[in-house]
Amino acid sequence: MNAEPSARAADVNAWLQAQSRKDLLRFITCGSVDDGKSTLIGRLLYESRLLPEDQLAALESDSRRLGTQGEELDFALLVDGLAAEREQGITIDVAYRFFTTERRKYIVADTPGHEQYTRNMVTGASTADLAVILVDARKGVLTQTRRHSYLVSLLGIRRIVLAVNKMDLVDYAAPVFEQVERVYREFAARIALTDIVAIPLSALRGENVTKPGERMSWYRGPTLMQHLESVPVQDEAAAQPFRMPVQWVNRPNQDFRGFAGLIVGGSVRPGDYLRVLPSGVTSRVARIVTAEGDLPQAVAGQSINLTFEDEIDVSRGDLLAAAASPAGVSDKFEATIVWMSDEPMLPGRPYLLKCGARTVAAAVAQLKHKINVNTLEELAARQLELNEIGLVNLNLDQPLAFDPYAHNRDTGGFILIDRINNNTVGAGMLQAALRPAENVQWQALDVGRANRSVQKNQKACVLWFTGLSGAGKSTIANLVEKKLFGMGRHTYLLDGDNIRHGLNRDLGFTDADRVENIRRVGEVARLMTDAGLIVLVSFISPFRSERRLARSLLGAGEFFEIFVDTPLAVAEARDPKGLYRKARAGRIRNFTGIDSPYEPPENPEIRIDTSRVSAEQAAEQVIAQLRIAGVIDRDWVFIP
Amino acid sequence: MSTLSHLSRLEAESIHILREVVAECERPVMLYSIGKDSSVMLHLALKAFHPGRPPFPLLHVDTTWKFRQMIEFRDQTARRLGMDLIVHVNPDGIAMGINPFVHGSALHTDIMKTQGLRQALDQYGFDAAFGGARRDEEKSRAKERVFSIRSAQHRWDPKRQRPELWRLYNTRKAKGESLRVFPLSNWTELDIWQYIHQEDIPIVPLYFAAERPVVERDGALLMVDDARMPLAPGEQPQLRKVRFRTLGCYPLTGAIESNAESLPAILQEMLLARTSERHGRVIDHDAAASMEKKKQEGYF
Repeated sequence: MNAEPSARAADVNAWLQAQSRKDLLRFITCGSVDDGKSTLIGRLLYESRLLPEDQLAALESDSRRLGTQGEELDFALLVDGLAAEREQGITIDVAYRFFTTERRKYIVADTPGHEQYTRNMVTGASTADLAVILVDARKGVLTQTRRHSYLVSLLGIRRIVLAVNKMDLVDYAAPVFEQVERVYREFAARIALTDIVAIPLSALRGENVTKPGERMSWYRGPTLMQHLESVPVQDEAAAQPFRMPVQWVNRPNQDFRGFAGLIVGGSVRPGDYLRVLPSGVTSRVARIVTAEGDLPQAVAGQSINLTFEDEIDVSRGDLLAAAASPAGVSDKFEATIVWMSDEPMLPGRPYLLKCGARTVAAAVAQLKHKINVNTLEELAARQLELNEIGLVNLNLDQPLAFDPYAHNRDTGGFILIDRINNNTVGAGMLQAALRPAENVQWQALDVGRANRSVQKNQKACVLWFTGLSGAGKSTIANLVEKKLFGMGRHTYLLDGDNIRHGLNRDLGFTDADRVENIRRVGEVARLMTDAGLIVLVSFISPFRSERRLARSLLGAGEFFEIFVDTPLAVAEARDPKGLYRKARAGRIRNFTGIDSPYEPPENPEIRIDTSRVSAEQAAEQVIAQLRIAGVIDRDWVFIP
Repeated sequence: MSTLSHLSRLEAESIHILREVVAECERPVMLYSIGKDSSVMLHLALKAFHPGRPPFPLLHVDTTWKFRQMIEFRDQTARRLGMDLIVHVNPDGIAMGINPFVHGSALHTDIMKTQGLRQALDQYGFDAAFGGARRDEEKSRAKERVFSIRSAQHRWDPKRQRPELWRLYNTRKAKGESLRVFPLSNWTELDIWQYIHQEDIPIVPLYFAAERPVVERDGALLMVDDARMPLAPGEQPQLRKVRFRTLGCYPLTGAIESNAESLPAILQEMLLARTSERHGRVIDHDAAASMEKKKQEGYF
């Protein structure tokens, strides 16, 4: 593996060519200072031979001055800054180190620290593809080895290197190594870690780090560096269905509207069908726009702009997903939470949750148990303290598109933010939606009548006009609807005669059919209020029991019984459709008021005395009543 | 399925960071220091907001002691790209007549850069400032966050720095607080040079070797960029072929002798230098390295 840049330097262009083909591996090292972690990282940095010049010089002088290795270089000095940090009271944190070889660039998350181990390890592991778990050959698998492995597993890292260090201190004995490996594999299987490569090494002596250990000829496997160089990288996200959180709507001018984001799963080509979540709208990709020009394809890891063939509503926080395998949408989740704040996590307390580009309000509805990271025991708990891990049920105030964390870290991982001090107080992994309807479009689930009403700036309700035939119900209802429409309200008028021509064509005028007639109309009216509409029903509806039935389908304050009170003699005199005449002549049976009774409402919300007001005045009266009841606002002006 | 190159990944990550700030902050600004890292950061911003322009201005906190070629390059770059450029000079420093030759680099840096930056951020009400700092620059920077929160007094409180998991950045802040954001956090110096080469990004000519008038002081080569440079009795500027690895105020920035007149030549020189330095060659650009350090401590 040895990077020998100098040998290539004679032909820099060829070298640059080779560099441009390098890929990136991010890994985390786990172990305490005593395990020789700093020495190992320092040696990797040093032997990759691309340390900045000043750091190299500093290492040489520091080694002479402060080193613990006599005349040798003390590699630990390259990364140790901890003592000084502790003295200054600075939080011990994740440090990122960089080195590069011919094949790869490496980013190492180095997570020192004892007090903050969970918070730091989880942070470092969240972006790592691989974990190097260090074990001191003399001590074998310890409690902390198990703890580190559990956290690595929790954060979804599948590739493990078990680095059995300090082999020089056990005389390079194969049985010692084999025993450590056997114990570790037994434990790892319990936490679903199976992709394990165990390597015996001495970071201090540089054996099996980049060069094979001369005194460990019994070991046939790769050196640590050989393994890091050959392990496949970054194929997990690419193999998932397409996912891209919309970060920003790119609208530099009227002619361009692109949706900018970083692809976190799969790939995309122009012509692909994508679904916008949570809205559920589907469209086809028109272009993949980048500064390098339009792309024929883009893959996980790239930052791009997408445009669609249709003018669709997309905004920051939406998730674009392959229409054929969209993400789930829910507002209730089961999740594992790692708590990172000194203030404990309390169920019921509201936090902000950020997942992808979406931030919503969230609260823990239930803390099911916390997990002892040393023993993996599940313990009952009322709250989570700093560095504790728990399984919870989460409630969100808005729907969130997601994948289970095991499928996609970016669409399944989230942070929790304190609403008062704005600190990041926790991180979590979504496991599953608690509603069964994963993969069902959101509208079908939870956009309720309330949401739709609010969207329409009104309160959905039913205005039920009852009265004799010819009383003026339809005339007044029509006027009311016109007025509401003119005010920008969303309405629908169900007229008895019209309904009988369609939906209720099969019904006659027997008492049984009259009841069924009203039941159906009541149900239709209820569905329409679910849709957020103000529904006007103009029906004779002579029986109190039927009107009670209709009323019972709606919530309190959503049913306005409007009695259009016209004496029979007046209605019969008007007889706009000539029906009374036919009924009197016996040509219509069961006609209300003639040979079938009309039961006047006892407590209507609105009573209109048509002998005293005009139809126009009656309509104004209804509107005024609706304002008082809060169905429509008082001061709302519609500008067409 | 082709694997993305490491530079493509770094580029995508930086673009993601740039966009996140623009999406979530009210009034971002890009600190433009004219150096190679700023050139890369600006190039990434052009890509991030294509086909539009980056929706924020550039801010240069001018100490009045920059190389003349840097100032020319700055103005030319802003013009060429149609970017708004804000140049801020600390008027207090001018009134005090701050001069690095007289007052030393620490005071000069504090007043002209650190104080100047705070003034500019307050004056324009910027709530997020992009900086080109990298984690590989120094051991102490290795744990710096990508999004670093500062108090209303621009102070950095280590206890308030937030854990950064996955690609999730917490940009929330109280009124008066602001963010320093480092899109190049995960880039190394070598990545920067490779990317400049790959993308053909314009950089200040001072990075390339040329005959320049220099004087040698305490092992460092200082360029005599204008008449304000006091010369010791008998001290004569000599024409030597030099270039700069980092750029700052000319009295505080050491040159190195070099024949590298092109990017490949610079890279070749860097790589050759590494191998020989491991055999104990004296480092001849301490001034430049410590300048970088001061920038981090004070400026950021």
